[in-house]
Amino acid sequence: MNNRRSIGVAFAALALMLAACAGDYPQSTLHPTADFGYQIDGLSRTIFWWAVAVFVIVETVLVVAVLKFRDRPGAADPAVVHGNTLMEMAWTLAPAVVLVFIAVPSIQTILKTTGAPVDGALEVEVIGHQWWWEFRYPALAVTTANEMHVPQGRTVTLRMTSADVIHSFWAPKLGGKRDVLPGRVTRIAFTPDSVGEFMGQCAEFCGESHANMRLRLVVDAPADFEAWVAGQRTAPPAPDSAATTERAGLAAFRQVRQPANHSCIACHAIEGVSAGVLGPDLSHLASRGTIAGGILPMSADGLTRWLRDPTVVKPGSLMPKIELSEAEIDALVAYLTSLR
Amino acid sequence: MATAALAIEAPQARSGIRSWITTTDHKRIGILYGVTAFFFFLVGGLEALLIRAQLGSPHNTLVSAETYNQLFTMHGTTMVFLAIMPLSAAFFNYIIPLQIGARDVAFPRLNAFSYWVFLLGGLFMNASFLFGAAPDGGWFGYANLTSLQYSPGLNIDFWVLGLQILGVASIAAGINFLITIVNLRAPGMTMMRLPVFTWMALITQFIIVTAFPVITVALVLLMFDRTFGTTFYSVAAGGDVLLWQHLFWLFGHPEVYILILPTMGMVSEVIPTFSRKPLFGYAVVVYSGLLIALLGWGVWAHHMFAVGMGSVADSVFSATTMLIAIPTGVKIFNWIATMWGGRIRLETPMLFAIGFIAMFIIGGLSGVMHSSAPADLQQTDTYFVVAHIHYVLYGGAIQGIFAGIYYWWPKITGWKLNDGIGKLHFWLSLLGMNLAFFPMHAIGLLGMPRRIYTYDTALGLDTMNLVSTIGAFIVGASALVFLFNTWWSRRKEPAGADPWGGATLEWTIPSPPPPYNFTAIPEVVSRLPRWSRTEMKAIPDVPPEPIHLPPGSYWPLVAAAGIVVLATGALLKALILAIGGGAIVVVAIFAWAFEPFEA
Repeated sequence: MNNRRSIGVAFAALALMLAACAGDYPQSTLHPTADFGYQIDGLSRTIFWWAVAVFVIVETVLVVAVLKFRDRPGAADPAVVHGNTLMEMAWTLAPAVVLVFIAVPSIQTILKTTGAPVDGALEVEVIGHQWWWEFRYPALAVTTANEMHVPQGRTVTLRMTSADVIHSFWAPKLGGKRDVLPGRVTRIAFTPDSVGEFMGQCAEFCGESHANMRLRLVVDAPADFEAWVAGQRTAPPAPDSAATTERAGLAAFRQVRQPANHSCIACHAIEGVSAGVLGPDLSHLASRGTIAGGILPMSADGLTRWLRDPTVVKPGSLMPKIELSEAEIDALVAYLTSLR
Repeated sequence: MATAALAIEAPQARSGIRSWITTTDHKRIGILYGVTAFFFFLVGGLEALLIRAQLGSPHNTLVSAETYNQLFTMHGTTMVFLAIMPLSAAFFNYIIPLQIGARDVAFPRLNAFSYWVFLLGGLFMNASFLFGAAPDGGWFGYANLTSLQYSPGLNIDFWVLGLQILGVASIAAGINFLITIVNLRAPGMTMMRLPVFTWMALITQFIIVTAFPVITVALVLLMFDRTFGTTFYSVAAGGDVLLWQHLFWLFGHPEVYILILPTMGMVSEVIPTFSRKPLFGYAVVVYSGLLIALLGWGVWAHHMFAVGMGSVADSVFSATTMLIAIPTGVKIFNWIATMWGGRIRLETPMLFAIGFIAMFIIGGLSGVMHSSAPADLQQTDTYFVVAHIHYVLYGGAIQGIFAGIYYWWPKITGWKLNDGIGKLHFWLSLLGMNLAFFPMHAIGLLGMPRRIYTYDTALGLDTMNLVSTIGAFIVGASALVFLFNTWWSRRKEPAGADPWGGATLEWTIPSPPPPYNFTAIPEVVSRLPRWSRTEMKAIPDVPPEPIHLPPGSYWPLVAAAGIVVLATGALLKALILAIGGGAIVVVAIFAWAFEPFEA
C-alpha cells in the first residue's frame, strides 16, 4: 500500500507532465519547428517510452514484492536463497538489449546533427557577450543583437564564439543547445519550417546576469527576410532639422562624458555616427522588439528604464549607470526610437 | 561489567569536552562526523529553500542575482562535500571497524585529523558568507568565469582553497579506510565475506583516493592563475577553457559514485535484514559495484555533450554512459529479488530503503535519457537535469543515508528512534521530494534553464515552479520531523545488542559498543555470522586479556588548524600567515609522530 501511494504520486506527476505538453510554452523543447529539433525530439520520445516501459515494469515488481511478501503474523520464515545465476544473467542482458535500441538511433542522430557547414546555407556568426548576443551575417554585411532573423525553409548554420566567458546558445523550438566558448568555434545547423518568433536564452551559467541573457529567433517568410535585410543594410537617416528632440538625442549620444566609458559612442556603433564595439550595434535598434538582452520591450518606457540605471534592470551590467538628466533621457529615447 | 573490565585494564570511555577534542575512537569520530555533516545538511537545505522561495514566482525579488548565484553555488558545494560525503564518512567511521571485527581504524589519529580538517574546511568555506563573498561560480566552477578578470572578489578564492582543504580530509580518510578494510579484518573475514556496506565503502575509498587528486590538480592550476598570474585557463594566452571541464568532470563523475555507492551499501544491509533473507546474488552486487567504479572513470565527458566535442567523442561517451546503466540495474534487480519471497517488515529503515529503490529508478532512467548526446542537447543545463540529480542524490543518497541512520541509530545510541515519527518523516519526505523534483522534469523540457535567479512569466511555468517550491518546503518540514524524533526518542526504547535481527558482526556486541568494540577479536566462519548455521565462537562478555587502546591526542586538531591558517594566508595573500600555518602543520606532524604511545 505504501508504495502504491508513491507510485500514484509519480504517475500523477507524469500525467501532469504529459498534460503540460498541450499548453502554450514558448520555450518548449517538445514542440520543434526545425529539422534539428525534430531529430532530437524523435530520438528523445523513443528513449522516453523505453524509460516509461522500464519504469512501469520495475516499479510494479517492486510494489508487488512489498505487498506480497509483507510480514504477517504467523508467516513462515523465508527460504534461504543466495542467488540464481540464470536469472541474474537474464536481468543483466535485458537492459543491455534495451540500450542497443537507444544507442543505435542516438549515434545516428549524433552524425546528423554535427552542425557542419552546408553549401547554400545562410551563415550567421554568433558572438556571446556578458549578457547579450551579437549576430553577424558576413555575406549580407548585417550586424544585429539579441534577435536573429532567418528565412523560412533555408538551412542556417551558426558559427559561434564568445567574447568573454562560456555561454550556450539555446533556442529550444529549433533544436538543441550548443556552448559558445572563448577561443573556440562551435556550430549548429537548422532549417526552420515555420514562420514565427521563437524564444531562447543562454543556457550556460555566465555570471551575475546569466538569467537576463535572452534571445529571440525570428523566422521570416523569404520575402519578409529580404525586406528585413534591405532595411538593416540602409544607414539610418540623421534626424532632420524639424525633429528637435531627436537632434538633441543625437547630440547626447555623441557627447563625450567623464569618465570616458560613460559616453554612448565609447561602446555602441550607429552607422554614420559612431563605431563602438563593446556593446550592441544600435543602427537599427528600433527595428527590434526588445532591448537589454531581450528582457525589456523596445519602447519609450523600456528605453527610459534602461537609461535611468542599467544595473537595476540587468544586475552586473557592463553598461554603467550614467548621470543623465530626465531631458537627456527623453531626447535619447526619441533619437533611439527613430533608428528603424 | 564495568568493574570487571577495569580489573583487566580495558580502557573506559572518558567524558568531557576534552575527551571529544582529543578522541581517536572511531565511534566518537563517527558521531562527530555525523553531527557536523547533518548541521551542514541543514545549512545546504536552508540554501535550497531560499532558492525555491525565490523561484516560487516569476520576476521575484526576494534575493538579488548576486545572492542567488552564491546560494546555488553553496547549495551544491555544501550538499556534495559537506553533507552527503561526510554523512557517509560518519558510517564508514562508526560501522566499518564493527563490521570487520576490528578495534579501531588503522590510523586512529589520522582519522581524527580527517575529521578536524573536514570541520575546519567546512567552516572556512562558509565563513565567506560573513564577508559577503560566498563562492558564486557554481559548484562546477567553470573556467574562465572563475578567472580573476571575471570574478575579481574573494568568492572564488574561498571556494578554491576550501575545496583543497576538504580534499586533504577526504584523501587522508580514504587511505585510512582502504588500509583498515584490507588489513584489519578479523580472522576468517575473507574479502568475499565482507558485509556489502563495507565492500561498497572500500570501492568508494578507491575512487576517492584516485579522483580527488584530479580535482586538486585542477584547483591548484586555478589558484596559480588567480594568485601568481599563470595562464592555464587563459584564452588570451593560448590556454583552453575546456581543460578545466575535462579535469573537473574526470573528478566530478566518479564523485557521483562516491556519493551513491556508500548508500547502495547501506540499503544492501537494510533490505536483507528486514526481509529476513540473505542478499540475493552477493557476488554480483559486489562485482557490479566494482564495475560501476571502473566505468565511472570512462563517462566524464557526458557532462560536456554541448561543448561540441565532435561526433566520435559524443558517440563513445554516449555508449559508455549507457553501459553504466547495466551494473546499476543489476543492483536494483538484486535488491528486489532479495525482498521477493522474504518476510518484509515495513519499519522505518526498510521504508527508506524501498523509497531509495523506487526513487533511484526514476533518477537512473532520466540518466539514461541524457546519456544520449543529441537528447542531452535539449536537456543539459535545464531543470530536467536538476530533477535527475535530485532523484539520484535526494531520492537515492539522502534516502539511503536515512535508511542507514534509522538502522544503525540504536547501535550508536543504545535507543531506537520512534517508528511512528520515523514513518511520518519518510512519507513527508517522499511526498515533498516528488512534489519538488518531479515537476522539474517538465519545467526543464518546457524550456527553463538552470542557475537563473529569475524567469519570465511568458514561459508559462509559474504554477509548476510554485508546486516545486511547496514540495521543497515539505522536504524541509520532514527534516524537522527527523530532528524532533531524535529528541523525542532519547532513552525511551532500549535497543539491546540487536534490535532488528541483523546478520553482521556489529549486532553481536552491546549498543552502544564499549570503546574497545570486541572483548576478543571474533573468528569469522561465514558471511552472515549471526544467521549462519555454522555457529561463530561466542564473544566473551568480559575481555579475556588486557586491551590496549591508543590515548587521545591534540595534534591532529593542531595540524588541521595549521592547514586552515595556511589557507587563510593564501586567501588574504598574507605570506607571513601562510608560512606560519605551514610551520604549525610541520610542528604538529612531528609532535604527533613522536608522541608517546602510552597515555
